[in-house]
Amino acid sequence: MTDSGSSRFVNIGERTNVTGSARFKKLIMDGDYVAAVEVARQQVENGAQVIDVNMDEGLLDAVEAMTTFLKLIAAEPDIARVPVMIDSSKWEVIEAGLKCVSGKPIVNSISMKEGEAQFLEQARLCLDYGAAVVVMAFDEVGQADTRDRKVEICTRAYDLLTGIGFPPEDIIFDPNVFAVATGIEEHDRYALDFLEATRAIKAACPHVHVSGGLSNLSFSFRGNETVRRAMHSVFLYHAIPAGMDMAIVNAGQLDVYDAIDSQLREACEDVILMRRPDATERLIALAESYKGKDAKAEKAAQEWRGWPVERRLEHALVKGIDAHVVEDTEEARLACAEAGGRPIEVIEGPLMDGMNVVGDLFGSGKMFLPQVVKSARVMKKAVAHLIPYIEAEKAEGARAKGTIVMATVKGDVHDIGKNIVGVVLQCNGYEVIDLGVMVPWAKILESANDNQADMIGLSGLITPSLDEMVTVAEEMQAAGMSIPLLIGGATTSKVHTALRIDPAYDGPVIHVLDASRAVGVASRLLSDTQRDAFVGDTAADYAKVRDAREGKNKSVLLSLEEARANFYDAYLSDKPAPPEMPGLHVFDDWPLADLREYIDWTPFFRSWELHGTWPSIMNDEVVGETARSLKEDADRLLERIVEEKWLTARGVAGLWPCARDGDDVTVHLGDGERHVVLPFLRQQVKKSRDRANMCLADFIDPAGDWIGGFAVGIHGIDPYSARFREEKDDYSDILLKALADRLAEAFAERLHQHVRTELWGYAPGEQLTNEALIKEEYRGIRPAPGYPACPDHSLKPILFDLLDAPANAGLELTESFAMWPTAAVSGFYFGHPEAQYFGVARIGRDQLEDYAARRGVDLSTAERWLRPNLD
Amino acid sequence: MSARERLAAEAARRILIFDGAFGTQIQARSLEEADYAGSLGLAADQKGNNDILALTRPDVIADITRAYLQAGSDIVSTNTFSANRISQADYAAESQVEAINVASARIARGLADEFEQADGRPRFVAGAIGPTNKTLSLSPDVEDPGFREIDFDFLTEVYREQAAALVAGGADFILIETIFDTLNAKAGIMAVRRLERELGRDVPIMLSMTLTDLSGRNLSGHTVEAFWYAVRHANPATIGLNCSFGAEQLRPHVQLLSGIADTLLMAYPNAGLPNELGEYDEAPETTAALVRGWAENGRANILGGCCGSTPEHIAAIAAAVEGLAPRAIPARDTKMRLAGLEPFSIAA
Repeated sequence: MTDSGSSRFVNIGERTNVTGSARFKKLIMDGDYVAAVEVARQQVENGAQVIDVNMDEGLLDAVEAMTTFLKLIAAEPDIARVPVMIDSSKWEVIEAGLKCVSGKPIVNSISMKEGEAQFLEQARLCLDYGAAVVVMAFDEVGQADTRDRKVEICTRAYDLLTGIGFPPEDIIFDPNVFAVATGIEEHDRYALDFLEATRAIKAACPHVHVSGGLSNLSFSFRGNETVRRAMHSVFLYHAIPAGMDMAIVNAGQLDVYDAIDSQLREACEDVILMRRPDATERLIALAESYKGKDAKAEKAAQEWRGWPVERRLEHALVKGIDAHVVEDTEEARLACAEAGGRPIEVIEGPLMDGMNVVGDLFGSGKMFLPQVVKSARVMKKAVAHLIPYIEAEKAEGARAKGTIVMATVKGDVHDIGKNIVGVVLQCNGYEVIDLGVMVPWAKILESANDNQADMIGLSGLITPSLDEMVTVAEEMQAAGMSIPLLIGGATTSKVHTALRIDPAYDGPVIHVLDASRAVGVASRLLSDTQRDAFVGDTAADYAKVRDAREGKNKSVLLSLEEARANFYDAYLSDKPAPPEMPGLHVFDDWPLADLREYIDWTPFFRSWELHGTWPSIMNDEVVGETARSLKEDADRLLERIVEEKWLTARGVAGLWPCARDGDDVTVHLGDGERHVVLPFLRQQVKKSRDRANMCLADFIDPAGDWIGGFAVGIHGIDPYSARFREEKDDYSDILLKALADRLAEAFAERLHQHVRTELWGYAPGEQLTNEALIKEEYRGIRPAPGYPACPDHSLKPILFDLLDAPANAGLELTESFAMWPTAAVSGFYFGHPEAQYFGVARIGRDQLEDYAARRGVDLSTAERWLRPNLD
Repeated sequence: MSARERLAAEAARRILIFDGAFGTQIQARSLEEADYAGSLGLAADQKGNNDILALTRPDVIADITRAYLQAGSDIVSTNTFSANRISQADYAAESQVEAINVASARIARGLADEFEQADGRPRFVAGAIGPTNKTLSLSPDVEDPGFREIDFDFLTEVYREQAAALVAGGADFILIETIFDTLNAKAGIMAVRRLERELGRDVPIMLSMTLTDLSGRNLSGHTVEAFWYAVRHANPATIGLNCSFGAEQLRPHVQLLSGIADTLLMAYPNAGLPNELGEYDEAPETTAALVRGWAENGRANILGGCCGSTPEHIAAIAAAVEGLAPRAIPARDTKMRLAGLEPFSIAA
């Protein structure tokens, strides 16, 4: 909501009021607060502007119930967005509630029942807590029933309150709505008295408001909802012009005044306005005929299906509903043909209009990536339906805004991000030529030439891909190209692009931070008016980044010798005992249902550019709704994956004797006949006083110790992925890949636990929740090659040899050391209690040379491997 | 004249200048454990406990405060952001809470008076109260959203203790700043009300919210407008925004608040956004030019700096806004203004 919510008349629901809702009362009495919170949510979703919370029930600890409930709804942004009315006849319940409410609530209510002193004391506290108040027309004598008493009490209260500085606009008088048509003659005037008193109070007390609880009014017609609703509606119809600005009533208990049966409406009016002496009898008689009649049939949920076809298509695109899109597209095509139009016009017209709405909503942050990808699915299905007709008449296809060749570079196999960007660009009318993964530079350049591409987009996830991107840029330069080069992917950054890629190519080089920026970048690059300025600004920006780097005080590096002297001095007596079960352990088919329990969902949401931590992201004010819907889809797909056994989790873990030798760890195989060296890197950045320059080898005893390794992968995704793509369902395809990644990570987590508790067995009694696992609250670490503690991806072949991962887990490595299939994790196990993750960060030439010698490779190879850690 | 009246009178004439960051200034001095710990003999290491320097290295705090006064600050704050019982517990220094606040307020008071006497221009001391590291509105346990680490009464008492010591040391105002949780601020307001009753006199409040995301909400989820309605009962001498992000990103939110708040508006943004190394590197001239834009549009009464800002930033801001007209305070309206996380109004 951009404007502040504002209203002239406010309905306050009673669904979260134990005195007004039998269901809510039962939920609270049963302690079912989860369901009780849902009641509040529904109320707000149905349009409640303020929610009334009342826990006044003799058998309840009302203070406890009030605070518990208010704290729980405070955690629900889609409930907490509206103000609360703290409703109780007991001051201690109200004050307890005031201590839990962060906005500005309404207190309902205080009165002069116990005298002026207490009234003012409570009013002053309401002021100090920051609350508006409902003041009941009640004094030392009793509750006001007549017009004059109502006015007298309210004006007296007004003078007292304004006298202590209470803002008059924060006062709401409740002059008491009493039951009419009870058969008792003194009650006949009650409604009329309320209306007249309201008028008088509004005139006498500037800026105040008037409220009332409506259900009392129709008390004598309990069980006859039709009559009750009519009475309430008729009463409000007259009370609002009289000055009533607020009422406690369920919106479902109101009818539109004009829609009430005229006979009933008149009978109600006679009673409320006391227009004839026999009004009560007449209403009672009439009421008989309405008994037991149900409320009007509910509005059809599928109302939108009755809209004109263009609006239906737009709705389906915005909401991502693909159920009717083919029939709707066909209808649009026929209508178009009838009007003498061509099928392409359906795309250029209603479909593109709908996608433009989607684009605008996404661009302005009102829609999120998963929704956009769903919209794209709808669009693709619609377009797929039209293509045969378009081709049949050999018309030219819709002119794309531009053509972009996209690829995940050679050596890298990760494509979720690239696919998302591709979908977003396609939605926005660009032609995307997706070359897939592991694409060599020659093929990228060739495709760009053949298709007269307007730009090239490169993606990559692992660090060696950064070098490959530089290579592509160099080759584009050598080929004399000048089209823009777009860079994206998890390890890419503006700094790297500015420092390494931009200088290699004279054409424009642009780092695209995430999918949401892709369209903006592409459209500016293809705009006649904006291109030059954009390209110029970006180039200048990158030059600035380079200058800043140049002048930046780089962190001071120790010499390798000094860094080694400041090694991490682990208490080696604490090293873990030898494993219960040393050697290799192969798992051909770990149950997916078990892994499901170990999923860390936070990175899953991040892969969809929804930022936040699981599970609180589900209630995030901005992305919560999208996150919930995405999670539902993920759960549904996961259910099928597990139930129908789509995928297979294969893994291998090994535990070997070893010893530290400088910064190397030497693994002993067989009966000590074969030795494999694992070379690790050491931090060289100068540390403050007592902190060590760490190396993973520091956690291993030179006198003999144990180390482990593992590789896990999720297999079998391809046929399902292909099927989704055939069905033009990028959304499910991306979802499937993201879930496979999560299952691989979950497998790594689960296997590590199995190693700690069983195979190595140094933590047999470990009992950790999934949250604790995610927070790594266990003993030991599992650093992976290519990550900060051992940044060199080229350790993977050594690890894979140790594990025989190709045979034992079905995993392969690309030339850039990316694992295939993509949903895979590998790493080492360190069991020392002090073992911890760290980042190697920048290293010096001396360590580079030392490392090259230890690995037995030439300096340039080592330089390529370690580039991210050099300067 | 009361401090509130003097401030209002001065602010009616010109745009006033608040101070800048303490943290980065202290950091720049590379103090050691011994500097922090002094001879207090506390059980825990004190390095990083910036507030305790008022007792162990008062010269450092005085130097920084003096530098801001020299740069042109009309209002200086006490270096007491974390000088409350909850935050000091991290350093086992709860016993020092009163002493830190009194000492810090005296340092600021002494220097403010010295500068005021020298040139006759009024100077003010804002006793700074931070949000603590606990929150009344949010559960730290995702499994149990109804759980709270502390309650309203406890936090109110923590704040009352700090506010009382700041006033005793000579603070003119209690500045409840960097408000990430609106309910914490409401406890702060209640604490000052209690203190006023104990002292039998007014203790004017300054309030400053911090935003956690660009959409303009604080951590407890309140929009700027909802926040203002939730705290308006404090009748604050100033309302505003601090920290959050840099001036560039803060602009629309200052503008929004400026249009609705019927009191002085004080804004003190960070010196830009942190760079990829976590450092603030926005040049003083840049910050000054950005806040000058607010002043030119009549959005500001008091301007200063938060994280990363230095005396140079404050001097640049003072020079940039000199001679510009202060914001005119809008008239109070008579609508009932309620707030959940979002505002809701009922016309009278």
